[in-house]
Amino acid sequence: MATVVEPLTTKQPKTQPVAGWLVQFADAQQLLDAAKKTNAAGLKDLDAFSPYPIHGLDAAVGMRRTRLPWLVLGAGLSGTIIAILLQWWTNAVDYPFLISGKPLFSLPANIPVAFELTILLAAFAAFFGMLAFNGLPRLRNPLFRQPEFRRVTDDAFFLYIPRQTACDTSEQLTKLLDATEVQGVHEIHEDEPAGPLPTVVKYGLIILGTLAMVPPLMVLKAMNEHSEEPRVHIVPNMDFQPQAKPQNPSPFFSDGRAARPQVEGTVAWGDLEEDDAYYRGIRPGGEQPVPARPASFEGGAAEEKASDESAAGSAASDDKAPAAPPQQAEPGANPMEEPEPDWVTQFPLPVTSELMERGRQRYNIYCAVCHGLAGDGDGLVARRAMELQQSTWVPPTSLHSPPVREQPVGKLFNTVTNGIRKMPGYASQITTEDRWAIVLYVRALQRSRHATVGDVPEDLVPQLRDLP
Amino acid sequence: MATATTELDLNDPRRRPPLVTGEQDLHSITETVSKIAERPKPPRAWYVAFAIASSLTLMFFSLIGYLVYEGTGIWGNNSPVFWAWPIVNFVFWVGIGHAGTLISAILFLFRQNWRTSINRFAEAMTIFAVICAAIFPGIHVGRVWFAYWLFPLPSTDLAMWPNFRSPLLWDVFAVSTYGTVSLLFWYMGMIPDLATFRDRATGKIRKMLYGIFSLGWTGSARHWSRYEIAYGLLAALAAPLVLSVHTIVSFDFAVSQLPGWHTTIFPPYFVAGAVFSGFAMVVTLMVPAREFFGLKDLVTMRHLENMNKIILATGSMVGYAYAMEFFIAWYSGNGYEQFAFVNRAFGPYAWAYWTMVSCNLLAPQLFWFRKVRTTPWMMVVICIFVNIGMWFERFVICITSLSRDFLPSSWGYYSPTKIDVLMLLGSFGLFFTLFLLFCRYLPIVAMSEVKAYLPDAQPHGDDHH
Repeated sequence: MATVVEPLTTKQPKTQPVAGWLVQFADAQQLLDAAKKTNAAGLKDLDAFSPYPIHGLDAAVGMRRTRLPWLVLGAGLSGTIIAILLQWWTNAVDYPFLISGKPLFSLPANIPVAFELTILLAAFAAFFGMLAFNGLPRLRNPLFRQPEFRRVTDDAFFLYIPRQTACDTSEQLTKLLDATEVQGVHEIHEDEPAGPLPTVVKYGLIILGTLAMVPPLMVLKAMNEHSEEPRVHIVPNMDFQPQAKPQNPSPFFSDGRAARPQVEGTVAWGDLEEDDAYYRGIRPGGEQPVPARPASFEGGAAEEKASDESAAGSAASDDKAPAAPPQQAEPGANPMEEPEPDWVTQFPLPVTSELMERGRQRYNIYCAVCHGLAGDGDGLVARRAMELQQSTWVPPTSLHSPPVREQPVGKLFNTVTNGIRKMPGYASQITTEDRWAIVLYVRALQRSRHATVGDVPEDLVPQLRDLP
Repeated sequence: MATATTELDLNDPRRRPPLVTGEQDLHSITETVSKIAERPKPPRAWYVAFAIASSLTLMFFSLIGYLVYEGTGIWGNNSPVFWAWPIVNFVFWVGIGHAGTLISAILFLFRQNWRTSINRFAEAMTIFAVICAAIFPGIHVGRVWFAYWLFPLPSTDLAMWPNFRSPLLWDVFAVSTYGTVSLLFWYMGMIPDLATFRDRATGKIRKMLYGIFSLGWTGSARHWSRYEIAYGLLAALAAPLVLSVHTIVSFDFAVSQLPGWHTTIFPPYFVAGAVFSGFAMVVTLMVPAREFFGLKDLVTMRHLENMNKIILATGSMVGYAYAMEFFIAWYSGNGYEQFAFVNRAFGPYAWAYWTMVSCNLLAPQLFWFRKVRTTPWMMVVICIFVNIGMWFERFVICITSLSRDFLPSSWGYYSPTKIDVLMLLGSFGLFFTLFLLFCRYLPIVAMSEVKAYLPDAQPHGDDHH
């Protein structure tokens, strides 16, 4: 049987030289034995083909162990590193994500993504590395021209012996093999060189390639172009939703407002703020405006003096309706026109050095940019605005101007809370306690300009005299 | 004949039963499996099933179109239950997928050779379940055309990056990695079998398509060697992956501070539940498939019984987790946590809770009886119950905790809309459509693997072993 080296098919290109022989065996055992035997005889580049993996056959055809696992390890490690770097760079460097005061970069939170990317890249390496090392996909293979070879994926076993010096003719091959076991020998000819691509395929590919360029070019064009056309709304009802927005009219409610006022007799959670003195700077029960009294500028502005509540009436404008024209809005410059609430004149919280220190810090953060570090109304923003000669700019009031010095602390607190004229209210940015701290610090600044030797503790007076 | 042999083998503890029955050889395995895909006409039942499944799929995609146009308001999701059926369905489908990877990867690593006849089937189920799963969070974002924001893509107009400390982003990575690796694993296992189909193909189109997708596979010993190493590596990678996926899915819940969600038992509990539901789905599909496609000799009663044992084991683990949740809620001394669990069992969703308990905990206990484990119709009924129960488990976790959290004034009761129900039904349609196409056109049993484990398949007396 083995002596008959007759090509069993006419499909083999006879013009091409013989590349090797495909020898068929009945079962795995015979194939393995034959592979070992031919390998021992010194033949090179053997290959065996079987419908399922046969253990030991790879070594029998002289194959070394694959380096694929190292590739997979490398890919997996690079996945880990890429994931960690990606998370560090995106969340801690390029776009710092501060959430609940957690550190910007913390390894435990990055483990899941690092793990997944490790697996993903390693799996890609295992699959595509296997294909690459195997030289797949390879749709054109001289073996496929052999009809018998189709059974290799069903139940047939083949050994392929390439033509080489040790085995150049079919006679030499016959000597190598055990004739009793061989079921058939097929001559495999080399492939004809691949011809040029058919015209249809060639032009088809060119056209397809050109068309594939169109969408990315359109995207690129759109990205670099400015359009006057209104945006296209593909799904309009998602872009224009019939929802109530604040400050908008709504035909749904009888009063025509979209924003709903608070239900009468209710208080929003956290909004109770019962303590008038602390939250609003008004004496308890003093919401009712007290009758205006003539201003009396005599007497110090010291908050310790409970009697200076008479000064409260001097302020010009009601903070809740800052309607006075800005240019003439020097506090106290206008005669009293509207009634003022009954401002507290004493701090409704303990005055401590910690509070003072806190007030200095808050003042320097929030107030000094306009009012200046010393309260003269010459902060950086103010100076810059004056430089630019902004017509709408209202210069910030000097905190040392007499009318401000006269104000009771409740009034100062109210100004910090709700703003006055062009100054915005800071209630949303500064907590109640911090606003009181700022008022305390303002009082200290004011007093520093008008202090006498009597204000200095006795034991420090000699030091004062030594100052240049 | 086959059944008799199976019973005999199963009942004889002294013998290790063969993996396939009925005097199989290499060629007969090829014939049995290839014939399924080569028949010019599949059985009538296939057409009926496909008509139903594909109509449901069509409905599913129409509803997705409607959702994209109209927005998520068509669902029952509303304050306080913003994570409703879409997330329940997502977790349900991802869980179903886990059995496939478990059978193909973990059982492979443990050299449980009985997996060879069922792994292809289970892996296909994984892929299709992950497809169904991935759709739900994708459409749940509302503005579907921005779903790509989930991925860390550099963008000039957004100028920001996703938050990598969010479990929801971990989920994006976990599920997409899982889908990709499962697909690679499935496809790679199929290459030799696609080559078999290629070599048997008669029609021109079949020849070409199977030819392209088998990538020119020849069965070379050198290729097999690298292939087996790559397969082992993929299995070793997929095994921790499958555990990580449902762990991370459970983080979506556990990392939040909601009573009933914020528990450390969630990762193992979710993984056990996933395996449980996945195996139930494999059995539900396998029993009719082996009946219709004549695979009784390849997928023997032993396979089914083994799977039923796993269902019994994981079902009991899940039951243990239910009990442990209650214990920890009491033991923690946390009033909110205690309320969450009392509310689950006796609150407005008690009906869902007790459906879950009876389907998941009680039904599989019948598998203690061999008679139940080896009777096809009984196991299918139990497995369908398990699937229902596992869907309800996710419903209970998701809905009861959200509907009643810390503040009684914000409590509510969730009801799904018709669209919710139809979309769940539609996802089943998609799953079965893909599955029926798979049965019709692809090798549903891993022929080359089964062949490798036939008696006398491997040469004896060589030094490699």
